[in-house]
Amino acid sequence: MKNRVALTGNEAVAQAMRQINPDVVAAYPITPSTEVVQMFSSFVNNGKVDTEFVTVESEHSAMSATMGASAAGARAMTCTSSQGLAYMFEVVYVAASMRLPIVFPVANRALSAPINIHCDHSDAMGIKQSGVIQLFSENAQEAYDNMIQAIRIAEHPDVLLPVSVNYDGFITSHALDVLEILDDDTVKEFIGEYHPQEALLNVNEQLSMGNFDMYDYYFEHKYQQVAAMENAKRVIEEVGKEYAKISGRTYGLIEAYKLDDADMAIVVMNSAAGSAKGVCDELRAKGLKVGVLKPRAFRPFPHEAIVDALKGVKAVAVLDRAETFSTLGGPMFADVRTALYDLKADIKVVNYVYGLGGRDLRLEDVEQVYNDLGDIIKTGKVDKFVRYLGLRE
Amino acid sequence: MTPFNRNFGQGRSREGITPDMNWRELTKAGNIYEPGNANTYETGDWRTIRPMWNEERCIHCLICWRYCPDASIFSTDGKFDGFDYKHCKGCGICANVCPTHAIDMISEDEIDEQKEARENEE
Ligand code: SF4
Ligand code: SF4
Repeated sequence: MKNRVALTGNEAVAQAMRQINPDVVAAYPITPSTEVVQMFSSFVNNGKVDTEFVTVESEHSAMSATMGASAAGARAMTCTSSQGLAYMFEVVYVAASMRLPIVFPVANRALSAPINIHCDHSDAMGIKQSGVIQLFSENAQEAYDNMIQAIRIAEHPDVLLPVSVNYDGFITSHALDVLEILDDDTVKEFIGEYHPQEALLNVNEQLSMGNFDMYDYYFEHKYQQVAAMENAKRVIEEVGKEYAKISGRTYGLIEAYKLDDADMAIVVMNSAAGSAKGVCDELRAKGLKVGVLKPRAFRPFPHEAIVDALKGVKAVAVLDRAETFSTLGGPMFADVRTALYDLKADIKVVNYVYGLGGRDLRLEDVEQVYNDLGDIIKTGKVDKFVRYLGLRE
Repeated sequence: MTPFNRNFGQGRSREGITPDMNWRELTKAGNIYEPGNANTYETGDWRTIRPMWNEERCIHCLICWRYCPDASIFSTDGKFDGFDYKHCKGCGICANVCPTHAIDMISEDEIDEQKEARENEE
């Protein structure tokens, strides 16, 4: 049975967590993901879930407690955003390196200073090399769907890595959206009962986790994480296909929108992909060969799928909602450009940093990007390959 | 006793993980599944000075045994019974506390040089 409902992104994520019914949730509130924690705590209070809810004193403790619970053998989750994720940073690495399948939503938001509470991907980009899987969601529906699938991806024996489910702060977290949620039983059956491979609370087996490792072993253990990420690409696709059977919605590593015959492509994640697709449709109606590529997985970076989807285009604009301060553009730009390098095709790849601190990406902005790409194709020249969309210059 | 290897961490354990194992063979995330296996992991190879026992002067008071921070002194039947060079870090505490000065700290380099000289003679 399908239930069509109107929920905010945070409500959709909280509903997913209710249906997942994890053993332990340890969380600390932070805008704009506070609502998830707040709603979830009411589920706990009202007996809608069997979860042990731990109120901790900070996000560093939130991830630490979640990790402890996960190592003990529990299906454990937390939830965060922005400074909270930054504060959690140290422990996120530990969770990934200890191979704990923790799923945690992140409502993406800018980092201080100046103090800003609005949408930005700087928080997520801070942990892109931590070893966690990062899924991005265009809207509340995708945030909900990603949460359910994240459990299966994280707990897959070939993966065993934390998964963060990203969705845009306020734009998705607080806006009311229409979406379909699955029945509780369907979700329960899809995610299955949690039987960890090993658990500290298993009294029948001796186990020590989080041990000391010198240069004679550390390197190999890091490579094990790389191998798990490589496996995650396959698992994300497999779980996506299986999820289509219960939901009717298909998920892969990327979404290629009208790219088959496209000359120009915009690569963009999360809610801005929706705006890009809208403008793409308008320009298509005028006969322009434009398309959009939306990476759903950012870690692992689906470079094979991206190269395959972009190999026919002439010019690509990568839109980044975060800076790297390398003076070489945003984080996704570096990855996309690197992926395309070995094609040795004459594809012009440019970068637009946009929407920092919650600045709107207007439809005119997207149109301007496509116009710029058109000029690049016409002249064959790129005068500036990193640009700032909507910046007052 | 198996020959001592001076390259750090090259110690072979009887069971469990060994440094010739590739990333597939090693346990996930370095998890340890057997208790007490620190014994099989050699940590003594960063020692630069080595405690040497002088039997004549030793009165078997076992003060050194009590003070060694790495439990690297063996005792049998209440008597001093040698050093565990696979784990002794060469801190010199035993030499310092010994009331009869029965322990001398000798440079590992000197020992290596002497050993080399002996081998050359042969
Ligand atoms: S402290 Fe000195 S005398 Fe006492 S047991 Fe050790 S080596 Fe022998
Ligand atoms: S040198 Fe230090 S570690 Fe080695 S036996 Fe003496 S006290 Fe123990």
